[in-house]
Amino acid sequence: MSKQDAKTVLKRPVFDDNPVVLGMLGICSALAVTTGLEPTIVMCFALTAVCAISNLCIAMVRNHIPSNIRIIVQMTVIASLVIVVDQVLQAFAYDTAKQLSVFVGLIITNCIVMGRAEAFAMSNPPGLSFIDGIGNGLGYSVVLLFVGTIRELFGSGSLFGFEILKLVENDGWYVGNGMMLLPPSAFFIIGGFIWLLREWKTNQVEQKEFKIAHQVNREAHI
Amino acid sequence: MSLIKETFEKMEPHFTKGGKYEKFYALYEVFDTFFYTAPDVTHSGSHVRDGIDLKRAMITVWLAAFPAMFFGMYNLGFQANTAMASMGVESAAGWHGWLIEILASYSATSIWDCFWHGAVYFIPIFLVTFLVGIFWEVLFAVVRGHEVNEGFFVTSILFALIVPPDIPLWQVAMGISFGVVFGKEVFGGTGKNFLNPALTGRAFLFFAYPAEISGESVWTAVDGFSGATPLGQMALGGVEAVTNLTWFDAFFGNMQGAIGETSVLMILIGAVIILWTRVASWRIMSGVMLGMIATSTLFNMMASDGGNPMLAVPWYWHLVVGGFAFGMVFMATDPVSASMTDKGKWYFGALIGFMVILIRVVNPAFPEGMMLAILFANLFAPLIDHFVVQGNIKRRLARNV
Repeated sequence: MSKQDAKTVLKRPVFDDNPVVLGMLGICSALAVTTGLEPTIVMCFALTAVCAISNLCIAMVRNHIPSNIRIIVQMTVIASLVIVVDQVLQAFAYDTAKQLSVFVGLIITNCIVMGRAEAFAMSNPPGLSFIDGIGNGLGYSVVLLFVGTIRELFGSGSLFGFEILKLVENDGWYVGNGMMLLPPSAFFIIGGFIWLLREWKTNQVEQKEFKIAHQVNREAHI
Repeated sequence: MSLIKETFEKMEPHFTKGGKYEKFYALYEVFDTFFYTAPDVTHSGSHVRDGIDLKRAMITVWLAAFPAMFFGMYNLGFQANTAMASMGVESAAGWHGWLIEILASYSATSIWDCFWHGAVYFIPIFLVTFLVGIFWEVLFAVVRGHEVNEGFFVTSILFALIVPPDIPLWQVAMGISFGVVFGKEVFGGTGKNFLNPALTGRAFLFFAYPAEISGESVWTAVDGFSGATPLGQMALGGVEAVTNLTWFDAFFGNMQGAIGETSVLMILIGAVIILWTRVASWRIMSGVMLGMIATSTLFNMMASDGGNPMLAVPWYWHLVVGGFAFGMVFMATDPVSASMTDKGKWYFGALIGFMVILIRVVNPAFPEGMMLAILFANLFAPLIDHFVVQGNIKRRLARNV
């Protein structure tokens, strides 16, 4: 692998090589925790922390891990970190931690964390791996914040619990969109995000599998 | 005639490549091919010469929905006027009432009064559906360079016919936008959508604004009037609980419901038109019917006293209540989102018939299942086709060895 500088490693996963958009990783938690912005942000911090620190730890021991048990070693590191994060959240943000419930624990199975440990930390020095973890965490966070903002704003008319669009139930004018509060809406929003991103960065558009031959020939009116 | 032709010919250079309005070629093409057959000739692949092109097929379905639409308007007014008389309400609220009173009054016995009352509710819904939907169609056609497709005529009328009468118009706009953009255009436009766009739009409304599209108070266009639909009554006490109407009432459509879905008779007239012109597949309709009859008969045998009352509802009641008939005739037969193979169409139809009864009877959350059943089967249509095609290949290989 060619030498990479820290700035590209940090910036690339945000828009150019986003783990959610291009790798379709971590979608499960993106559906589950994005009904409101507050749990979304906590989730983003938790995942970024786990991803960065696990990358750091694994990169430090990367030359000592026997390759046939490397997945188990990675899992152990990640699982320990997730427990630490979970405990911290329960100590300092108990209500949000309760809202996130099982999904903090499920960071263990988040493909982004495992994927970066396997693909990047196993073959790069600790410092760079740490930055890569932060970069991928940011890439995940960008998508989650986008989804979370739309879902909370249009689903319950508020952001961070503050009312932005006054709901009909509180004598306002906005009718909350119940679809936005259901997990499937995140599919559409992530799809929309991918659409927007690919309009912007056209090199991410996949090659067409086949091209339909032009069937009709428009001739001039006579 | 030649005047129109000359106008088009004069305009054409502006819209073709290099012209001033090159971007709006799709719009020009809509009107040009509306008046005249396109001069396009095929020059690759197979040549099929047939009078029934997409435009004619779609317009036929559109016309076939007319009986249900006109009766729906009358019935909407009739139900509303009857409800108003029973509640002692003098006039309808807001601009609806203002429009009604220009041309008619609120007599439930006058056909014109009822029809006009219904038209005042239905036509705005249809206009909003049409204008918002065509806006998205044209926008995508212009940006992506494909043609505006007549399929939208069908989508718009079907969508307008399956919403409740007093749905707010902005929700109509949201629903059709979602249906057209996410149900069809993101996949590449007509012919590439794997879901029925009208149903996708309605499903969006169903989950986004359940208060305005389900429950007991939305099916009659009178504020504050609450009447359970036959399906709602059946869920509570079986067929015996439906005391306010007979089977023939339900068959002729003398009940409240979504605008176009009440009268099975009118829908069957539409079915005859699209079957006779061979626009719709009789295999799909038969499949839906057989699947529904088989499943409901099976549930009838499982019915017991004190259990789920829906289990005992016979198939001929399932046929006439809710959106079953409308969905079977106009939605399931959508040629794009249904199965393509002849054998697959039977399975596709039967899957719908099975699912609709399953949702109606077993799922307590949704009293009506036609919309979800068809969308569910839409997802399976390509898989069904795959198995049919593979089965055919296997059979022919075995024969030739």
